[in-house]
Amino acid sequence: MSKLTLKTEGDKHIVVTRRFAAPPEAVYRAHTDPKLVQKWLLGPEGWTMPVCICEARPQGKIRYEWANEKGGGFYLTGEFIELEPHRRIVHVERMHLPDVTPDNHVETRFESDGTGTLMTMRMTLPDVETRTQMLSTGMERGMEASYVRLERML
Amino acid sequence: MNNLDTAFSALSDPTRRAILARLALGEHTVMELAQPFDMSQPAISKHLRVLESAGLIARRVEGAKRPCRLAKGGVEAIDQWLAMLRRALTANYDRLDALLTEMKTPKTRTKR
Repeated sequence: MSKLTLKTEGDKHIVVTRRFAAPPEAVYRAHTDPKLVQKWLLGPEGWTMPVCICEARPQGKIRYEWANEKGGGFYLTGEFIELEPHRRIVHVERMHLPDVTPDNHVETRFESDGTGTLMTMRMTLPDVETRTQMLSTGMERGMEASYVRLERML
Repeated sequence: MNNLDTAFSALSDPTRRAILARLALGEHTVMELAQPFDMSQPAISKHLRVLESAGLIARRVEGAKRPCRLAKGGVEAIDQWLAMLRRALTANYDRLDALLTEMKTPKTRTKR
């Protein structure tokens, strides 16, 4: 199975691609059915998603809450913007850590690729003002440096 | 890896990220670091202890002052954020692979 690619594009985008050995219908369903989302969108090992709200329709709500055994937790909220069944999902999301991160605008495309699917997820980080704010925090400084390094690597 | 967990949890706080951003510009004392924040020095010191135990900053003794600077490995640890995103996504999609295989078998329809 082909590996994940993750790269930056321009100033504001992160693009992730991944191939799956299943048709776009199935991959799309796994992204829009809360019972399925809850099973895989868990991040690193050791986390579960006790709350999964995923209303797959325009303006539908997204709320994912993660928890680990050590009592840690954080959540994500968002809204769906546009859905083209089996082909494309556009949504916006933000993390609550508990401080809220700026909106991340995400477009996810599913294309037939042989018997499988090529998924392309394009994240758009906020405008320049928000970005400047983000840059004033240490984490994003680090991210920026990583992007540059990644771009060199890819 | 445990260190990375600690680093990441230390980074989950906006005040601590802002402190790191300032230290990226050079060494500072606690008093200097406390200035831009609406926070007492003890509160800042508490954040500094978290950052120090996460290996993100180092402190030296200079009389009564204990100036802080970014630890050598600290910046690299911060850079790990994107690597962590990659790791989280990789873990997610590996799980999704398994789920998609399961979905193909009609019997094991997602019961929960």
